[in-house]
Amino acid sequence: MATLKNFFATRWGIISVGAFIGVLAALLQKLGNPGNMGICVACFERDIAGAVGLHRAGVVQYMRPEIIGFVLGSLIAAYIFREFRPRLGSAPIVRFILGAFAMIGALVFLGCPWRALLRLAGGDGNAILGLAGLIFGIWIGTLFLKKGYNLGRTEKTYTSAGWLLPLIMLGFLGLMLIFPQVKGEARNGVLFYSLKGPGSMHAPLIISLGVGLAIGFLAQRSRFCTMGAFRDLILFRQAHLFMGLLALVVFAFLTNLIVGQFHPGFAKQPVAHTMHIWNFGGMVLAGLAFALAGGCPGRQLFLAGEGDGDAAVFVLGMIVGAGFSHNFGLASSPKGVGPYGIAAVIIGLLACLFIGFTMRKK
Amino acid sequence: MDSVVDARGLSCPQPVLMTMDEIKKVDKGEISILVDTDTSKENVSRAAESRGWVVKDVQPDGIGYRVTISKD
Repeated sequence: MATLKNFFATRWGIISVGAFIGVLAALLQKLGNPGNMGICVACFERDIAGAVGLHRAGVVQYMRPEIIGFVLGSLIAAYIFREFRPRLGSAPIVRFILGAFAMIGALVFLGCPWRALLRLAGGDGNAILGLAGLIFGIWIGTLFLKKGYNLGRTEKTYTSAGWLLPLIMLGFLGLMLIFPQVKGEARNGVLFYSLKGPGSMHAPLIISLGVGLAIGFLAQRSRFCTMGAFRDLILFRQAHLFMGLLALVVFAFLTNLIVGQFHPGFAKQPVAHTMHIWNFGGMVLAGLAFALAGGCPGRQLFLAGEGDGDAAVFVLGMIVGAGFSHNFGLASSPKGVGPYGIAAVIIGLLACLFIGFTMRKK
Repeated sequence: MDSVVDARGLSCPQPVLMTMDEIKKVDKGEISILVDTDTSKENVSRAAESRGWVVKDVQPDGIGYRVTISKD
């Protein structure tokens, strides 16, 4: 087990995990997930918010088993390798706000960093703007880090506290089994489902859950993080995590080519718009928020699975942020940005700057 | 006198940033870094090695680890 433990922390370890995620994400799309959205942490958490009725955008309501699998897969890995460390107390309210604004920014672009990479691998040129924005946002975050930005230390807590987000996810899975999707019905019991749009497109539950568990397990072992990939490159000139990210793009691209999912261009890409400035701007906000919170949305799920209560608060912030996004008309659609999306990006950037400038240890 | 960096309870990238600062300050010798997660242990070790330091020893310490790095 020690060899395996070391392997995933090596360069080839992170590369193989990135490749694994890239292939499986493209295949999940083939099996029913929306276009260039084999996996999108932000979109899927937004769909979960819709499934429980935190927003009522009819086209994005589905209890995504991938997200449940990410948390539980990480929990399993953390227990097997004795890395489950229940901890919390590092500025949770700040992490909640960062999570909410990260979601708002991501939904202006229409995707988290994972989906930005998958969109690129599917030929969507608009992803280039999103990725450029993401990198710019992370770069601003590294300036704050260099100036001493720090949300403070966590403390060890009760094991049961570390279990709360995994238990919520188990509860969500339970709801899905008790109130499964009924063909032609937009609702079963407490859960909402989509009859059309991205929320209606999904791979079979058992496959989504299985893939989620496998990725959660491997990502916990390898510390895969799409924000850390760029941050470490900018901050330390260290390419370790970046190699994983690169592998994800290359292998998703190759898989897309093989299964006929590569369609290069800017116009008419699935679940995407062509407003370049706001594809860029939305991801500046998301990138900065992820950098200030110390992890991409996927990484926050994996951290929550290994007992990090602050990462769990970030996740809940994202889910609530998705509610605001759709209730307030902040989220974009293929037609373009929502009526208040631009204002929300500006307010979000101001909030992040306020956090970055005022929360320094010196 | 060896220098000690206490990065317990801090999440990424703080432990690495603190280690890098200390490496710049002392230039050579021995530094002990206290961390409380395996991720931080790996990150700190990787960062130190990338700067030409050697990871001399990793010992369990409380709920975490004491990573000792050195450079002649």
